[in-house]
Amino acid sequence: MTVIQEFEKHPLAKYLRLERFPHIWCEGCGDGIILNCFVKALDDLGVNMDKLVVVSGIGCMGRVAGYIKCDSFHTTHGRPIALATGIKLANPKLTIAVISGDGDLFAIGGNHFIHAARRNVDMTVICSNNFNYGMTGGQVGPTTPLNSYTTTTPYGNIEHPFNLVHLTAAAGAVYVARWTALHVKRLTESIKKALQKKGFKFIEVISPCPEIYGRRNKLGKSIDIMKRYRQISEIRHGYDPAKAEITREKIIVGEFIDIEKPTYGELLQKQFLKIQKKMIGG
Amino acid sequence: MEIRIGGFGGQGIIRTGLILATASCVYGDKNAIQTASYGPESRGGRCRSEVIISDEDIDFPKVEHPDILVAMSEEAYLQYVDDLKENGILIVDPDLVPNQRENLEVRMYEVPATKIAEGLGKKIVANVVMIGAFAAITNLLGVEDLKESIRRNVPKAFMKLNLTAFEKGYEYGKSLLKS
Amino acid sequence: MTVHREVLTGKHLMQGDVACAEGAIAAGCRFFAGYPITPATEIAERMARRMIEVDGMFVQMEDELASMAAIIGASWAGAKAMTATSGPGFSLMQENIGLAVMTETPCVVVNIMRGAPSTGQPTEGAQQDVMQSKWGSHGDYEIIALAPASVQEMFDLTIECFNFAETYRAPTFLLADGFTGHLWERVVIPPPEEIKTVERKKPVVPPDKYLPFKPDEDLVPPMACFGEGYSVHVTGLTHDELGYPKTTDPKIQRELVNRLCQKIRKNSDRIIRTYEFMLEDAEVAVVAYGIPSRSSLSAVKMARKAGIKAGLLRLITVWPFPEKKVEELSNNVKAIVVPEMNCGQVVREVERVAKETPVHFLSKIGGEPHSPSEIFEVIRRAAKT
Ligand SMILES: Cc1ncc(C[n+]2csc(CCOP(=O)(O)OP(=O)(O)O)c2C)c(N)n1
Ligand code: SF4
Ligand SMILES: [Mg+2]
Repeated sequence: MTVIQEFEKHPLAKYLRLERFPHIWCEGCGDGIILNCFVKALDDLGVNMDKLVVVSGIGCMGRVAGYIKCDSFHTTHGRPIALATGIKLANPKLTIAVISGDGDLFAIGGNHFIHAARRNVDMTVICSNNFNYGMTGGQVGPTTPLNSYTTTTPYGNIEHPFNLVHLTAAAGAVYVARWTALHVKRLTESIKKALQKKGFKFIEVISPCPEIYGRRNKLGKSIDIMKRYRQISEIRHGYDPAKAEITREKIIVGEFIDIEKPTYGELLQKQFLKIQKKMIGG
Repeated sequence: MEIRIGGFGGQGIIRTGLILATASCVYGDKNAIQTASYGPESRGGRCRSEVIISDEDIDFPKVEHPDILVAMSEEAYLQYVDDLKENGILIVDPDLVPNQRENLEVRMYEVPATKIAEGLGKKIVANVVMIGAFAAITNLLGVEDLKESIRRNVPKAFMKLNLTAFEKGYEYGKSLLKS
Repeated sequence: MTVHREVLTGKHLMQGDVACAEGAIAAGCRFFAGYPITPATEIAERMARRMIEVDGMFVQMEDELASMAAIIGASWAGAKAMTATSGPGFSLMQENIGLAVMTETPCVVVNIMRGAPSTGQPTEGAQQDVMQSKWGSHGDYEIIALAPASVQEMFDLTIECFNFAETYRAPTFLLADGFTGHLWERVVIPPPEEIKTVERKKPVVPPDKYLPFKPDEDLVPPMACFGEGYSVHVTGLTHDELGYPKTTDPKIQRELVNRLCQKIRKNSDRIIRTYEFMLEDAEVAVVAYGIPSRSSLSAVKMARKAGIKAGLLRLITVWPFPEKKVEELSNNVKAIVVPEMNCGQVVREVERVAKETPVHFLSKIGGEPHSPSEIFEVIRRAAKT
């Protein structure tokens, strides 16, 4: 039996572009798990795949757009959120999911990220945080922990990392959660919740990159890394995201923010109706 | 016909140019162009509007030697008066240009537009008083076209005031021609 | 009289930037994303007021990288989309202009050129981004760029830009100088039924038969948009006809890049527009575009009065460069004069095709366009040699 035939039997296979498999990810990479959870969430919710657009940037995680069977855009590095904003505003009926890496979303694309969160554009953003630039061979990124080794921090990282959930909450997102790639069920539920909610939603997934980051920092095999992430993680819903910094000893996970706030689209629609009425009235 | 209007920001200099240009090319059947230049400050700084009016297509859209100069500040007067064509028309607000040059080879008209506007209760319409005087002195544009243009270019709430200002300026201009 | 919200039929005194915005709306533009910059800000301001009136979408993005990305997204969501900027913003857009080229995304980018390099002269007009328009993004590609010389053309050519963008599925530039952008002049806007607009070609096959990047005979693939049930994958990576990345197959890269170039080159006769004045018997020809072409027209008339057989070739399409036209011209005249508001950009193209015919370049930077007499002087000298 070929790999593809084997895949085809899988209940979630219909959501994937099977002709593109096997995927590019290394064995034990967290990105495959994220794809799995995302597709499971789509299936559970019965999402209309004709109205779903998956947008990604450049990076290992960025390749995800090409694997899901729906309209998808693999944009330039850092720009998926800006491009997704255009898609959503031009056709509000579409459901938008942006799935990309930590470098893509928070280094080169950081400005687009905070502004989309501020505007509360209706989209679900999932970040695979593997603490480095996987695709280009493991350079330092905006989430790389202090003292970690990467190819561009050969003597140890001296930059302070972002606490992504704190950043996102401060920028105005209506839903902010963090899980590890080993929290498969919870992550799936979280994605489902985000997809059903209106506004700018953010889920950070702590994702092992055994091939590059793991190897360089002697974290062991993928399963060891995942186990470690799981061991040190502690579920604290509603926890203050400012205090949820990731340390070597602890990863606070859970839903940090879950609020309601009018979206850009809703406010625009309101304004639109007002102006239309005025124009018709005279 | 090349026209330059100079003054400072907040006087409605550019609006003046636009009213003249609109009257010529939207309501009249001439071609017209307006270009403007102003300093970095939108208020109080130097400000200039240039209008070209022609029966033919206007190729080069910049004024080099105006046929008519309207000076609504001393700075503009000093800066531009030498560019004026020989025997060109010079219209100044004497209260804004106290120190004038002598022996100019131009046709000079003094229109106290700011004072007349103050008499109407709103200094801000001095530019429209000037347009009225301009219409009478130059006879370049149709009075009705100008009035239409004013209606299009000023806020509704101030329409009446502006049309009165135009009339006052027009009368003043006519009186200058008689004397 | 019926008042159309979309098309402001009638005679107006309008600023160039505003006429551009109105042209876009008349062409069917319903999405605008931008970031304020002199001397293009008036386009964004007009769009902010007008888009909502025509059921369109205006958004001010956080920068020009985002603006360009947003119009690409909007275009794939089915909207005719535009952004407008000036030099500094145009530089930031280059990355995603390349993405638009590679993904064959119809969209219009307006560049109201100001004095440069860098922040340069925000309020002064220039023509310094002509080469950047052609070569600004990385890689080989062809581009369409139109250069208006009047406020009427700011309206008309913006419509044309949309029509070209939709026909050839390529980013299309309106390349105007700041002088024209800020000029006030009469615009006659025709009734909507007299305005020719083009809609992008849609697939005629069902989704399972559709190859999103398989071109028709005109080298342009039909475009299914997001939400239409075609599950299109779009990527900036080199891709096959399905749209899937194929980054190491030289044949696929060759065919794709060549097609992206050829779809414009092969159709250049349809894209190139020029205006000719008294060229029939001309011995000296001025080749100009944008605002200097108006000074040139005056200068040619002056020359004729002085008994010099001068003529004008005005380039309305700057890219693809009208090489055939200029080459023909160079065979018929003694000399060519090229005035530009830069240090020599289009003149290089003219020299390339004019071969032996002497080309006199007249640079003018600083903000003021050339005066007719300046150009006349060069015509006079050129006629003597
Ligand atoms: C403008 C630009 N700069 C640099 C790159 C090279 N590049 C590709 S992916 C990448 C980093 C990806 O890191 P991340 O977003 O964390 O994704 P990961 O591979 O870790 O999933 C970089 C720097 C690029 N493609 N474009
Ligand atoms: S390099 Fe790291 S992030 Fe990229 S696929 Fe391999 S394991 Fe995953
Ligand atoms: Mg990463």
